[in-house]
Amino acid sequence: MLHIVNKSAAERSSLESCLRMATKGSAVLLIEDAVYAATTGNAAAAKIQAAAADLKIYALGPDLAARGMAGRVLDGVNVVDYGGFVDLVAEHSNCQSWL
Amino acid sequence: MSDMDEMDDGSGVVKKFMFLNRKAPHGTVYALEGLEVVLITAAFDQDVSMVFTDDGVYQLIKGIDSKGIEVKDFSKTYRALEGYDVEKLYVDQASMDARGLTEDDLIVDVAVLSVDEMANLMAEQDVVISF
Repeated sequence: MLHIVNKSAAERSSLESCLRMATKGSAVLLIEDAVYAATTGNAAAAKIQAAAADLKIYALGPDLAARGMAGRVLDGVNVVDYGGFVDLVAEHSNCQSWL
Repeated sequence: MSDMDEMDDGSGVVKKFMFLNRKAPHGTVYALEGLEVVLITAAFDQDVSMVFTDDGVYQLIKGIDSKGIEVKDFSKTYRALEGYDVEKLYVDQASMDARGLTEDDLIVDVAVLSVDEMANLMAEQDVVISF
């Protein structure tokens, strides 16, 4: 399954719920304000890095750039563009957007 | 003398306004709308303070490139605030720490306040408006 999270982990619990429910080998795509969690120094960074052991973590590049975060992406997080977003949706049989 | 001259229409009254910014820049419209209200308030010669806490500190980050999401980059407007006599910019130390940020990461000069300093600043305002 592909999980998509779009809210800041500092403001909503959607990322935490997602990481709790995502099963091993699933993909998690961070978009919009959720991308901050995948940056160095962010309070949620440790959770993302721990999750990356069992999950594939992706972050949307244009959303990182728009937030001045392109140079701060955590190791182990894969940056994708809009084409990569489409590929992820196509590759997975189902997806869940955490609102 | 007309009645108008004798009436106190409130012009000339200066209040202390704090604009409290707690949202990241692009995920919602709050940051941009807040900035516009600050500029309007400053045009009425009010005593304006802008405070950035929580994800609001991300509004001031350097290196924003919003072309990819086809959204206007309004971050440069923060640098123009000085021209509107909005010079009191404050950020919350704890919010910076929780995001791995330092003053060097910000596009404008700010005063970094402790929780106690921030609390006192908030308490002394006439009006606090939250975005």
